[in-house]
Amino acid sequence: MGNLLSIVTFLPLVAAIVLAVFLRGNDEAAQRNAKWLALVATAVTFLISLFILAEFDPANTGFQYVEERDWILNLKYKVGVDGISVLFVLLTTFIMPLVIACSWDVSKRVKEYMIAFLALETLMIGVFVSLDLVLFYLFFEASLIPMFLIIGIWGGANRIYASFKFFLYTFFGSVLMLVAMVAMYTDAGTTDIPTLLNHTFASETLNLFGFQIIGGMQTLMFIAFFASFAVKMPMWPVHTWLPDAHVQAPTAGSVVLAAILLKMGGYGFLRFSLPMFPVGAEILTPVVFWMSAIAIVYTSLVALVQEDMKKLIAYSSVAHMGYVTMGIFAANQQGIDGAIFQMLSHGFISGALFLCVGVIYDRMHTREIDAYGGLVNRMPKYALVFMLFTMANVGLPGTSGFIGEFLVLMGIFQENTWVAAVAASGVIFSAAYALWLYRRVVMGALIKESLKAITDMSTRERAIFAPLIIMTILLGVYPALITDIIGPSVSALIDNYDTALAAVSHETAGQVAQH
Amino acid sequence: MQADLAILLPEILLSLFALAALLAAVYTGKDKMASALVWLTSAVMLVLAAWIGLGDATTQIAFDGTFINDGFARFSKVVILISAAIVLVMSQEYMKRRDILRFEYPILVSLSAVGMMVMVSAGDLIALYMGLELQSLALYVVASLRRDSAKSTEAGMKYFVLGALSSGLLLYGASLTYGFSGTTSFSGIIQAVQGDHLSLGVLFGLVFITSGLAFKVSAVPFHMWTPDVYEGSPTPVTAFFATAPKMAAMGLFARVMHDAFGGAVGDWQQVIAFLAVLSMFLGSIAAIGQSNIKRLMAYSSIAHMGYALMGLASGTALGVESMLVYMAIYVTMNVGTFAFILSMERNGTPVTDIKSLCNLSSYAPGRAFSLLVLMFSLAGVPPMLGFFGKLYVLRAAYEGGLAWLAVAGVVASVIGAYYYLRIVFFMYFGEETEELDAPRNPILSGLLVGSAVVMIAAVLLNMFGIDGAAAAAAASLVN
Repeated sequence: MGNLLSIVTFLPLVAAIVLAVFLRGNDEAAQRNAKWLALVATAVTFLISLFILAEFDPANTGFQYVEERDWILNLKYKVGVDGISVLFVLLTTFIMPLVIACSWDVSKRVKEYMIAFLALETLMIGVFVSLDLVLFYLFFEASLIPMFLIIGIWGGANRIYASFKFFLYTFFGSVLMLVAMVAMYTDAGTTDIPTLLNHTFASETLNLFGFQIIGGMQTLMFIAFFASFAVKMPMWPVHTWLPDAHVQAPTAGSVVLAAILLKMGGYGFLRFSLPMFPVGAEILTPVVFWMSAIAIVYTSLVALVQEDMKKLIAYSSVAHMGYVTMGIFAANQQGIDGAIFQMLSHGFISGALFLCVGVIYDRMHTREIDAYGGLVNRMPKYALVFMLFTMANVGLPGTSGFIGEFLVLMGIFQENTWVAAVAASGVIFSAAYALWLYRRVVMGALIKESLKAITDMSTRERAIFAPLIIMTILLGVYPALITDIIGPSVSALIDNYDTALAAVSHETAGQVAQH
Repeated sequence: MQADLAILLPEILLSLFALAALLAAVYTGKDKMASALVWLTSAVMLVLAAWIGLGDATTQIAFDGTFINDGFARFSKVVILISAAIVLVMSQEYMKRRDILRFEYPILVSLSAVGMMVMVSAGDLIALYMGLELQSLALYVVASLRRDSAKSTEAGMKYFVLGALSSGLLLYGASLTYGFSGTTSFSGIIQAVQGDHLSLGVLFGLVFITSGLAFKVSAVPFHMWTPDVYEGSPTPVTAFFATAPKMAAMGLFARVMHDAFGGAVGDWQQVIAFLAVLSMFLGSIAAIGQSNIKRLMAYSSIAHMGYALMGLASGTALGVESMLVYMAIYVTMNVGTFAFILSMERNGTPVTDIKSLCNLSSYAPGRAFSLLVLMFSLAGVPPMLGFFGKLYVLRAAYEGGLAWLAVAGVVASVIGAYYYLRIVFFMYFGEETEELDAPRNPILSGLLVGSAVVMIAAVLLNMFGIDGAAAAAAASLVN
């Protein structure tokens, strides 16, 4: 199984090609075949990806399952995983079968729909396993194309605006990263990520158009990468594409977006920004901290006043991603552990929340909070599931949401008490908007005529939620499942980061002494 | 003398072919011969391209440096001949059905191809001008091929008047350069350059020559003719304008800058960078408001010339290499796109409004997907080949010390992405409208799908070796 990662990465794409080439017609049978093929392909991909975990050695902080082949323009096709990326691969393969299952009722262009999601899965896994800059960029950018089509074709009423905004926002962020990648290649002479991780980029102060750039090249490259990942994350104030995209995307699109696509930003910070540009990161850490703190408080407040359920959850995602960026740039074990944990747990929780909205949207075709109320009377099972994920979103101990937030707050407290204090207040706000949402949608008396005939969750829907419920609670009570795998890689990352910073400050001290 | 002529053999053969074809057609069937002549011409061009491409790889110099046949010239000639041949094949059915297929068309195209081949091989200001004018005069005529259409004649007229102006500028620059350097040969001019900078007179000459050349590649601010000529000309002619002449003009640009003024990169780098940045931005911004797909492609080609010029602006061998790769990719993308535009018809009449693409994906999924691939490739979104073209020029610009130009380029590419996305948007999300006709000509569908396949396959198959060939070509020009 020397090429296990390539198999996992490209299996969905192969399925998509098979669908595109061999499936003809658009009758009921063809649609059913398309759905089953997609479901089987994603499920098999998930099963194969479990083998990665089986043989994965957490104690080894280098890259494992590495494959290397020649590719065009002296670039390499090189893939591999380490403790930081392996779980994102699994998150992706885990979520995708659920996403396909939740789209069972799609009737518009089913074949193309499945092709788009299968292609998207390949591109998303590709992002997490790439060990070559250009390969990474290729997957990172290419994932915009299927998502653009998913929002545009299968989206809601205002889908055109949302799809353009989604594409252009994220494209703008990434092209600056491309220039920085070219600069890195020029400087280091390679696009190999493991080599670049050990390369020290110049950090002498630069004079650019009369501005003194402290940290020099590193700061500039950091900013360029930051532009890309911050938009993807998304961080305040470049988060505005996310609520639009979420609201207009079909349920499955929202789930993928929230559960996986957003994580590419956080993964990028961990793979590139922090280890490759430590000086730049160190200089801009306070900015990131405060941007995150503002994101947590501001978007939580914005979430409070939303009338659309998806928009509310989208804003809550931005707030939760605020914890992630904060944790990453705290650059200590708890912070980064917490950030990764938070990303994975948010993958389950936010995915599940969008599915919850999808369940009632499929029945009532509206996402207006005011259109609901008292659902508990007719949908007790749904009320239970929705409550579990609402609590997980708030960060109730015993759910995975709590572990992530707690670790991050612990990490950030050691670095900056004020930011920690502001961020901690976000926990209260999140309880406010999430519980209020729950109260308005599920609790109370069932007075709306239209809701009187609503039915509870079907077996298929319950089957989709079951794995998410298990993961949320399992990780909540036994977080070591994750921290054991990421721990060694994270601690190696922090060691390198601290060593790099110490080397630079030592150098500067040396220079000062000479003068 | 004989050895010199042997070096020019491909050009001589193509000219002789054109003249023989002219005589034969006039004395026999005239326009009835046109279809056969189109096929024959493109066959001749493909044979010549194969001969040039697979032949002797050494640098040959004819007529005391007036004509240079090096790797760079050969690379450009192959691209020029192949794209001209393909465009001829594309035009045949379209023009025949509209009764505008005249026997002069393939003859004029081959003569302009001769002009282009001389352009990229020019080693002397006079050869440069000869090649350029032969090319341009043939193009002025084909632009107004549809004699009874006001738009087509207007296009030809506009192109001619503005082209004449630019030729004047170029000639004035050439005479200044000659006056101050005392020679018309590039190898002489480069020796007249003292130190790293040009004397003021030669510098003026350089600027005027650059203006003339910028007109030919339709770089901003000399681009005004492009949208009108693209829109007014018959669509196959537009396809021709967008491909071979652009390659030739960029080749000539690189030739002049490196062979004649290569010692003073610092003097022209800023000028080219300025042209590049203006072209990228104007091309991207002005295309947003276009509803006619031919005009849109005109602005798109202006923007793409900006990117190619960005490679050239770096002033290095890598820059020329990236420019060549970029142009080869650009030509391939445009061949596919124009193959699609040529097949855009409703009830037999051609349509050019991009709104007519609405909902194409639901009744012609294969064509829609091919065009989607081409549009994302034109926008420079990975994993399509167009992205690697952009990556190449960005790298050249950055390594040439023009980081600001690289940043400007990527910002412009985001703006440009909008209008390519808009085409995708019409095809995939547009509302139901009257459907376009099914394509009548299998050649056009084949070219559309073929170029879309190239956009993806080249990424897996080592770019078909284009980058290696371009590197060798660039090395022969810049040393």
